[in-house]
Amino acid sequence: MALDKNDVEKIAHLARLQINDSDIVEVARRISNILGMIDQMQSVDTSAVSAMAHPFDAGQRLRADQITETNQRDYYQQIAPATQDGLYLVPKVIE
Amino acid sequence: MLSKTVAELAGALTRKEVSARELTQAYLDRIHQLNPALNAYVTITAEQALAQADAADSRRAQGNAGPLTGIPIAHKDIFCTRGVLTACGSRMLHNFVAPYDATVVERLEQAGAIMLGKTNMDEFAMGSSNETSWFGPVRNPWDHARVPGGSSGGSAAAVAAGLCAMATGTDTGGSIRQPASFCGLSGLKPTYGRVSRWGMIAFASSLDQAGPLTRSAEDAALMMNAIAGSDMRDSTCLELAFEDFTAQLNQPLAGLRIGLPREHFTKDLNPAVQTILQTAIRTLESLGASFKEVSLPNNYLSVPAYYVIAPAEASANLSRFDGVRFGYRCENPDNLDDLYKRSRSESFGDEVKRRIMVGTYALSAGYYDAYYIKAQKIRRLIKQDFDLAFNDVDLILGPTSPHSAFKLGEKVSDPVTMYLEDIYTIAVNLAGLPGMSLPAGMLNGLPIGMQLVGPSLSESRLLNVAHQFQMNTDWHSQRPEV
Repeated sequence: MALDKNDVEKIAHLARLQINDSDIVEVARRISNILGMIDQMQSVDTSAVSAMAHPFDAGQRLRADQITETNQRDYYQQIAPATQDGLYLVPKVIE
Repeated sequence: MLSKTVAELAGALTRKEVSARELTQAYLDRIHQLNPALNAYVTITAEQALAQADAADSRRAQGNAGPLTGIPIAHKDIFCTRGVLTACGSRMLHNFVAPYDATVVERLEQAGAIMLGKTNMDEFAMGSSNETSWFGPVRNPWDHARVPGGSSGGSAAAVAAGLCAMATGTDTGGSIRQPASFCGLSGLKPTYGRVSRWGMIAFASSLDQAGPLTRSAEDAALMMNAIAGSDMRDSTCLELAFEDFTAQLNQPLAGLRIGLPREHFTKDLNPAVQTILQTAIRTLESLGASFKEVSLPNNYLSVPAYYVIAPAEASANLSRFDGVRFGYRCENPDNLDDLYKRSRSESFGDEVKRRIMVGTYALSAGYYDAYYIKAQKIRRLIKQDFDLAFNDVDLILGPTSPHSAFKLGEKVSDPVTMYLEDIYTIAVNLAGLPGMSLPAGMLNGLPIGMQLVGPSLSESRLLNVAHQFQMNTDWHSQRPEV
């Protein structure tokens, strides 16, 4: 499946990435090549096969619903780009 | 001294021929001398290492040392290390000082291993040559014009060049085994769930596994004893009793049945690599193993299925990097969307962006069934091939890589060619099986590895076969002149 400029822009937006206009043709070509390689899968009949999400088909292990962690907010926020009063700062969302 | 195995160094420490501090200082000196050319380390933790060495020496003096107490190690920069930069080969995390230790790091520290520093890697472990790192490529110690393999290229180069005694790596599609092959090392990817993924920066969560890169199978067993085992903090980590991976090393190979996949021994494999593998097969035969052909008919679909599943999981995992809570943040964002988009676009490299986009596409409405579900069905076919083969044989032997280490820049311009580098290793991750690469010969002065693959939880058997092979060959003892 070959992607065009619009496809790349749409995928980039979904992935919250920005692709420069000058790069978009090359990005589309390379991703299309990858999808071409992936398309080998389509020649195999898998109608009778069930999907496998985990190597051992294992389910999620659950622990008891008990508090085991302590609050380390201030320590964890030391590496944040911008915080104030324990909150992460981002550009204004609502004017 | 610096090119000795962990087992030999542990003996030297026990016999007081050297102290952990002397050993650590010697490695640090060698790192300062050789790392500028190799670029294997991105962070060197000298002060911390010497403090750990002193603690190891006093622990040894008190008589409660284990085999890894005082042994200098390098950690792939994908493992979180408390208080130490953990950049994962990316500009996105160029300023990320991890607030906690990965379970693997914590366990090796408890065992007394001394962290010398963090090693270079492909960005977010996405690569087979270490050329996608934001910190620049790593040079192969056997030939500086060649790549060390990837993504654990810095760890492999560091062990091969004698810049540490052992190293951690991670393997999502071959990232321990292929660098081990290119650098002449023993590298083990454990069964999925054997080793905790907690604190290991996630690439593809259903495939990622941590494992050792060492100079011998015996060393890999010693490292496995420290890192394997259940962990409440990783819900996919298997709950198993402690296993001593060194216990079976000396078991004779009589009666061992090894399968040779017909799909791996074709004209696509370099004839010189074939010859090296045939010689290794004869050695194992002389030790009592028998060989028969097996078939992995869906192996050719492993690269296509992997390049749906791994990017899909990566696109989800890497969505946490948003410029808000940690990591790179762009200058003067106009609004929240601009903050996300520019922070991510300015700090992820081309290969990472490409894989995020492939994964986003595969998971998007209208394509989910055709790509993601289809790939998961193929994943089952690949697993079934192995299950059938293991009805007849105890393990499978084949190449790790189609050839020896290639030149820097040789494959970087064509992603699909680079992806096909992992044709022999990827299926093992999709099936969740343990796989190991060990040196099997040399070709034009470069190491060639062979791969052993076993059923789930057969690491002790793989290590046993590798150790017996190494007791009867000296390929693992070859060292590059650096």
